[in-house]
Amino acid sequence: MGYQLKMRVWRGDESGGDLGDYTVEVSEGEVVLDALHRVQATQAGDLAIRWNCKAGKCGSCSAEINGRPRLLCMSRLSDFEEDETITVTPLRTFPVIRDLVTDVSFNYEKARELPSFAPPPRDADNKRRMAQVDVERGQEFRKCIECFLCQNVCHVVRDHEENKPAFSGPRFFLRYAELDMHPLDTHDRRELAQGAAGLGMCNITKCCTEVCPEGIKITDNAIIPMKERVVDRKYDPLVWLGNKIGLRTKDNDGRTEV
Amino acid sequence: MTNPVNDRHPMTGNEMSGDAAGGMERHRYDVVVVGAGGAGLRAAIAAHDAGARTAIVCKSLLGKAHTVMAEGGIAAAMGNRWPEDNWEVHFRDTMRGGKMLNNWRMAQLHAQEAPERVMELEDWGALFDRTDDGLISQRDFGGHKYARLAHVGDRTGLEMIRTLQQRAVSLGIDVFMECTVTDVMLDQGDGGKVSGAFGYWRETGRFVLFETPSVILATGGIGKSFKVTSNSWEYTGDGHALAMRAGASLINMEFVQFHPTGMVWPPSVKGLLVTESVRGDGGVLKNAEGQRFMFDYIPEYFKSETADTVEEADAWYDDKKSNRRPPELLPRDEVARAINSEIKAGRGTPHGGIYLDIASRRSPEFIRKRLPSMYHQFKELADVDITAEPMEIGPTCHYVMGGVEVDADTQQSAVTGLYAVGECSGGMHGSNRLGGNSLGDLLVFGKRAGEAATAYTASLGEDRPKVDEADVKAAERSALAPFEVSDSLAQGGENPYTIQSDLQQSMNDLVGIIRTAPELERSLSEIEAFKVRAASMKVEGHRQYNPGWHLALDLRNMLVVSEAIAKAALAREESRGGHTRDDFPGPSEEWATKNLVVDLNADGTGIDLHEKPLPEMPDELKKYFEPAAAEPPAESKEGK
Amino acid sequence: MTTGVHGPTRAAIDEKTLRQDRWWLPPLTTFVVFSAFVVYATVRAFMGSDYYASPYLSPFYSPCLGDCVEGASDFGQPFRAWPLSAALLILIFPLGFRMTCYYYRKAYYRAFWLSPPACAVAEPKTKYTGETRFPLLIQNVHRYFWYAAVLVGLVLSFDVVLAFRNEEHEWGHMGLGTLLMLINVVFIWLYTLSCHSCRHTVGGRLRHYSKHPVRYKLWTWVSRLNTDHGRYAWYSLFSVALVDLYIFLIANGTIEDVRFF
Repeated sequence: MGYQLKMRVWRGDESGGDLGDYTVEVSEGEVVLDALHRVQATQAGDLAIRWNCKAGKCGSCSAEINGRPRLLCMSRLSDFEEDETITVTPLRTFPVIRDLVTDVSFNYEKARELPSFAPPPRDADNKRRMAQVDVERGQEFRKCIECFLCQNVCHVVRDHEENKPAFSGPRFFLRYAELDMHPLDTHDRRELAQGAAGLGMCNITKCCTEVCPEGIKITDNAIIPMKERVVDRKYDPLVWLGNKIGLRTKDNDGRTEV
Repeated sequence: MTNPVNDRHPMTGNEMSGDAAGGMERHRYDVVVVGAGGAGLRAAIAAHDAGARTAIVCKSLLGKAHTVMAEGGIAAAMGNRWPEDNWEVHFRDTMRGGKMLNNWRMAQLHAQEAPERVMELEDWGALFDRTDDGLISQRDFGGHKYARLAHVGDRTGLEMIRTLQQRAVSLGIDVFMECTVTDVMLDQGDGGKVSGAFGYWRETGRFVLFETPSVILATGGIGKSFKVTSNSWEYTGDGHALAMRAGASLINMEFVQFHPTGMVWPPSVKGLLVTESVRGDGGVLKNAEGQRFMFDYIPEYFKSETADTVEEADAWYDDKKSNRRPPELLPRDEVARAINSEIKAGRGTPHGGIYLDIASRRSPEFIRKRLPSMYHQFKELADVDITAEPMEIGPTCHYVMGGVEVDADTQQSAVTGLYAVGECSGGMHGSNRLGGNSLGDLLVFGKRAGEAATAYTASLGEDRPKVDEADVKAAERSALAPFEVSDSLAQGGENPYTIQSDLQQSMNDLVGIIRTAPELERSLSEIEAFKVRAASMKVEGHRQYNPGWHLALDLRNMLVVSEAIAKAALAREESRGGHTRDDFPGPSEEWATKNLVVDLNADGTGIDLHEKPLPEMPDELKKYFEPAAAEPPAESKEGK
Repeated sequence: MTTGVHGPTRAAIDEKTLRQDRWWLPPLTTFVVFSAFVVYATVRAFMGSDYYASPYLSPFYSPCLGDCVEGASDFGQPFRAWPLSAALLILIFPLGFRMTCYYYRKAYYRAFWLSPPACAVAEPKTKYTGETRFPLLIQNVHRYFWYAAVLVGLVLSFDVVLAFRNEEHEWGHMGLGTLLMLINVVFIWLYTLSCHSCRHTVGGRLRHYSKHPVRYKLWTWVSRLNTDHGRYAWYSLFSVALVDLYIFLIANGTIEDVRFF
């Protein structure tokens, strides 16, 4: 049942730090977060960890385990060998605050840059009507728990700090796609997605999809469709010509560009 | 959006400060909301819309609050599935679910206003599941007569918090994330009105003072006082304790809801919630012998509306008009007690739970579609495929019905300028909360509190209560006490983690789902001992993002709240809703007419308790509970 | 250079990645296989011979529009004057389709550009602008290559039909070559129809599926295929090379076609 787990945990802050060695008793069915909590309770009371629900629903405990971005609470110890040393570090794309906690304010700034949902007036009976098939695509994206693992793994900002101002990242492409596919939204966000959000920076290498703990198909269902929508708006001469001569799908009518 | 006081990011506050240890930030706001769950966000939005300069202060990052864990849905009588549903039916269900101990006015307001609050969410971008007509779909839940819960699969709470969060962000409301409020400041020269809130940044340990005449507490519940709980670490009863220290009262603290279905295995997730929707969508409870035992536990009070045969129960899912509800969908307190009895009688599963089986009753596609996060949760955490095997579940501490005693219409506490909403307020749910009524509660009363607080602040003009600098110093000293202790006590105290874990075990064992006088008395004496240990607990390290220190401060709140629960539980000599006394197994007529109110005692070291008569329901509402109305409940005398 | 994961605000960790698995294996495999294919395809495309072994026409040369050997040109020889290999006239289309394909982009950005080599592995380059400027901005014309790829797919399907003949062009026969061509064209179609641009065109661009039930149905089908787009990209790459190799070996007399009937 129980065994002694060897861990290496990054301790430090902005001024520097390194991996500290810990050995901790763990038992069957536990996750990496349990082991870290035990380190905290018995060996390092001030070990900083950000966590909340411990059920994979809030997306707080994002970190990197053996170099891979994951949620601490959803990483079961049984996925590792008992004699394996587990290395835990903070997210490496955001400024570190202390130990496993990073400053993720980048994501909250990007969230504020995004124009919100803009619905038309309600129906005459004060209700709104949308078909289930029309909301399903958006519902997939709204499963996002904002763990920011996709933002963290994306090489556009992970490896290039200077791209941060011009690039919103996968989490917000998801949001652009959700709103662009919303059956009621009255905004046309395609120009904005390509321009201000930096959709063109994405080279669809799919790491965001690989790390998503909710299994959202970020690349295939949000980013690529969004890129195709941008092509409709900006790059496709036939669509442009069609719009000129009135040969076009009426499905996007009633939207204004933001 | 740059803050006038310094250039800390107003959204996250995550800019590191050069002098992390010293100095103090000061901010002036019209309304400060403590907590960024559904209630806090809704209150902040309402305050902002009403014209107040509003700040949200929360212990976690924005969007991580415990509301994300809510799964089932938002109860609102919109009538999208059942046109005969209306606020009166919802009101009646709520009161009966709470065993008539609810604040009737809150239950009424909630039932009346919930539908519009749900529609607002949709205006702000929420994508609810739809009916065939394109309206918001509504699902069945325990204790609700009609399918009434607006939902998004089984992640309604996530949808709600994301929608409110995105709304708050688009309105530009200032959010102070990872910032803990430790004291509500009062102007003793001005009749003890609220003058501000004092707290610290978790990140730097630096103190921050909000000068504001209105503080809305929306801090959620107290579940972390119990070992087996579905609640997150934040649920340390902060709002409850802040209000008591400011001079407000709590009511109904003896009523703690144990959700019937929490995970029991693996140990690391013991207590994690398994949504009631599993039962609403066809799941049944079976003991280790394979028997569907809930038919043996139908109480007299609900006999007339509950199926008594398997055939009728199963037929109900397809034809709700001519069949009665399955007993699995009785209110939560009934189901939790039944499960508890089965386990105690030795008919539990290997891991000490009972079986919740939907695999044998619904197709895998149906289960994956309707219960995606449950499927995910069991697959990832327990390696159980719920489309093929039954789940093992048992009761888990889920919700506290008790909370700050507030005015029903404004949510203001006894302290002028101090408001409480959501789980940290009391009264709305009586002795037991119906599933789905919590999310509605957050929205309805969040909005009311935000508006009332703004109106109050506006009424003050420039003449606002003042923060006393001596109080600020005292608050600082109090917050730093855990560090001082370790310096002064040469032998060194215990660490807070140990005390917390002992408290959780003690509360679980002695103040749990079934209670007795001797155990409650023992728990009170254990809490006294914990208080002593907490006074000498030791915190390592420094103030920057130090979870040991944070826990030490939260632990004080947990202790005071635990004592309130134990004291009230010992006093109420009956069994009702979320309070079950083995030594007083039935409801009593005498206790049906009164609430228990607790206050902090004069020297701030313990709890005072007194009884208070239930507010009298007006006659036009009483008619919904008269035997002549609807199905005659056998024991409706309770409500009089 | 201190940017990226070694930038001043990031957690101080020396390693470019702490991944312990063999993360380098997938990009290396891609690199080797794609390189091998490119070398083979280039050699074959410039060869200009041994691409037709009646009744089989190599997919590299179909439709054969240049100065082709007798029997190979089913659509005439409008580019008879073209001095180089006829393959070069038409290979540009499938090549462009694959070069701008969303799956191949991922594969070669990782394997050839190392941008990034694998998830959470630091990339060596210090500057990155993605697909925002020329030449990579051209990736946005993927849908036009898809239109062309549909035409190419139709031609290849026609070639398969023609392959149900014997060497004397009598109908009702089949050989191993026919079977290989049939398999190839199935993979080509799966790859072409599972394309992201196809998915967008048939229905993905809509906002109200409820008003377009037929296109919704089509979109659902294409979406299902789309999840395996990458797999079809690989299968069709192998199958097209294999068919060409088989025809090459028959045409230059190394092997005999296996006739079934």
